[in-house]
Amino acid sequence: MIDVDGVSLSFGDVPVLDGVNLRVERGELVGLVGPNGAGKTTLLRTINGILDTDAGDVRLDGEPVAELSAREVSRQLATVPQDTHVGFAFTAEQIVDMGRTPHRSRLDWTDDDDPVDAALKRTQTDHLRDRSVDDLSGGERQRVLLARALAQEPAALLLDEPTASLDINHQISVLGLVEDLVAEGRAALAAIHDLDLAARFCDRLVLLHDGEIGAAGPPETVLRDPVLGEAFETTAAVTDNPVTGTPTVTAVADRTARDGRVHVGGGGESGRAAIRTLWRAGYDVSIGPVPEGDVAAALAEHLNLPVVTAQAFGVPDGATRERGRRLAAEADAVVLTGGPGSDIVATAADESSPIHASFDDGSPAVARGDGGQLTVVDSEGALLTAVEEHLG
Amino acid sequence: MGVATRTAVWSGGLFGLLCATILASAAHGPVSVDIPVVARATLNAVAVPVGIGIEMAGASVGSLSLSVPIPDVQYAHPFSFAVPETDETIVRDIRLPRILLGAIVGFALASAGAIMQGFFRNPMADPSIIGVSSGAALGAVATIAFPLAIPFGLQTAAFVGALLAAFGVYLVATEDGRTPVATLLLAGIAIQTFLGAVISYMLLQSGESLEEAVLWLMGHLQYSTWGRVEATLPVTVLIFAVLLVYARDLNVLLLGEEDAHALGIEVERTKRLLLAGSSVITAAAVAVAGVIGFVGLIVPHMMRLVVGPDHRILLPTSALAGATFLVLADTVARTGPAEVPVGIVTAAVGAPFFLFLLRRREVHAL
Repeated sequence: MIDVDGVSLSFGDVPVLDGVNLRVERGELVGLVGPNGAGKTTLLRTINGILDTDAGDVRLDGEPVAELSAREVSRQLATVPQDTHVGFAFTAEQIVDMGRTPHRSRLDWTDDDDPVDAALKRTQTDHLRDRSVDDLSGGERQRVLLARALAQEPAALLLDEPTASLDINHQISVLGLVEDLVAEGRAALAAIHDLDLAARFCDRLVLLHDGEIGAAGPPETVLRDPVLGEAFETTAAVTDNPVTGTPTVTAVADRTARDGRVHVGGGGESGRAAIRTLWRAGYDVSIGPVPEGDVAAALAEHLNLPVVTAQAFGVPDGATRERGRRLAAEADAVVLTGGPGSDIVATAADESSPIHASFDDGSPAVARGDGGQLTVVDSEGALLTAVEEHLG
Repeated sequence: MGVATRTAVWSGGLFGLLCATILASAAHGPVSVDIPVVARATLNAVAVPVGIGIEMAGASVGSLSLSVPIPDVQYAHPFSFAVPETDETIVRDIRLPRILLGAIVGFALASAGAIMQGFFRNPMADPSIIGVSSGAALGAVATIAFPLAIPFGLQTAAFVGALLAAFGVYLVATEDGRTPVATLLLAGIAIQTFLGAVISYMLLQSGESLEEAVLWLMGHLQYSTWGRVEATLPVTVLIFAVLLVYARDLNVLLLGEEDAHALGIEVERTKRLLLAGSSVITAAAVAVAGVIGFVGLIVPHMMRLVVGPDHRILLPTSALAGATFLVLADTVARTGPAEVPVGIVTAAVGAPFFLFLLRRREVHAL
């Protein structure tokens, strides 16, 4: 449906889009993600023909947009803008009625009530029809703009930050509606800055980074792509949202990497607390062996950390023990948590690693291992201090 | 109720009001004429064009003598009521041309105002914003101050000056085929200021014709003739019809240019057409009546408060209300203790209203 082929565009000397390729098929909601200034809005404006490309072309069902009139484009493709301020007090119904512009001649002053009514009902804005759009809340206005797009009866939708001005329940209802519209066979491309929402509602994500496609594919792969962190200039942790089952991104902006790898022996809640504390402090962290499905193991996996797992409720086999021991032996420090699997690491650490730390029943305790003497700490901060002192 | 019906009802009502105002105005003056007599005399003056021919007329441009074809329209007068001859002369030859010209000028200025306010998405815009009035003033003042240097009549000079100024503003503001509205506004202000300087200099040099020039600049309908009515009416009606056809496009344009494009409007082409249309209609009005301020500003604004922002209804109702307003204002101007230019009356009424709107704006964020 929407076919972007090698599109490049610059504003003056500043390149904004550089060889962008993108396809959106019918029945597909594609999320356009990327940091501010990545060129998302520019790409949308290029697709609907407001901007001319320097190179490459955009096609709608195979027809180049550059050769179509605005009217021809608008019959196939509706654009839902970011919340716009309308200076004059049009009613919601008048705004939605303007969505019929592509289908009416200039002299035809009749109101096409059916598509307008349908669009108002579909977006649950029927009760707002006689209200002035400038008196509506941001969420209501955004739904009216979506209704206007629906009144166009388009085959494809472009949405520019449709949820930017909405509170959480309206974000869900607007994107849910878009999801339904797509399920009816429309194509949709939405610039969404909220990665969690994008992952939750979109079939595919396209990451735009410095005017180029940094990554594209299913949300779970795009969000875990290292380019994501690079694009947003932050460290991102991707976890699965336990409610929706879709990936959730947590940016950890204040993490600055430090030298030194710390191995955590033992999983459970205290293992997870240790990983979180050390990782956020900037250390490389490894863990294992821990039982499969352990909370600490899950966190380590979300953070893309080295982790050795053993079968749950079983005794780890020799190879697993050995891999765990080796991770511990090569680490600069070892933290023991007393959780599952810590005993295996403890033996390895006795031989080679100078520091032991242990959390007892989730109450943090660090064992300082110069000559095997243990120092008990009772907080995550104290754990960090002990590790810092040890690593110098 | 559909837009077409609402427009018809409102326009019908306002047209009736305009006709009543015209009759009432024609009854007023140094000599009072009874309204039934006025009505009969007015109906007698109704002329229906029944045929059109081409006539060659001699015209001289400077030292050149040319023969130019001009359309020659034959009229039929369907009514012939018995009216006292003096009354008929007063109504038909003295008052009606002036009243009708006032109506046409008000109609034109209010139409252009409605279009400009929509175009600039600013309820404080008026037709002079793109330099039309200044251009007309330059042409007119130049003709008055240096009659020998300008080979055409005052009206032609003002009309041409108005269009040249508007076109100049448009050219300055256009780059790569796009005319950003904000640039247009700034270019309009700059060119108005510049033309204002030239006009002021010419006024200083105008000597004995200063009074005439100032009178023109204030805007008046004193020397109205049937000839001017005939020249202005077709232009005004024709351009108004074109603008009305584009009223729905203008509505969409109010959403912003990018939204309008996404809704299938050829934005730059529509903007050019609206600009050209409102420039020509303003130029036609200003050329015959001088710079009459505030009609184009306050009338569309008032009507927007009444009928809402849809230009399909706003444009015709503003035009008719503008016609009525100017007829009323000119009646006040010519029947007071001393005749004053109508521009003074409209400005005296308009400025306080403008301030009222500014105050309202704080509360209602227009």
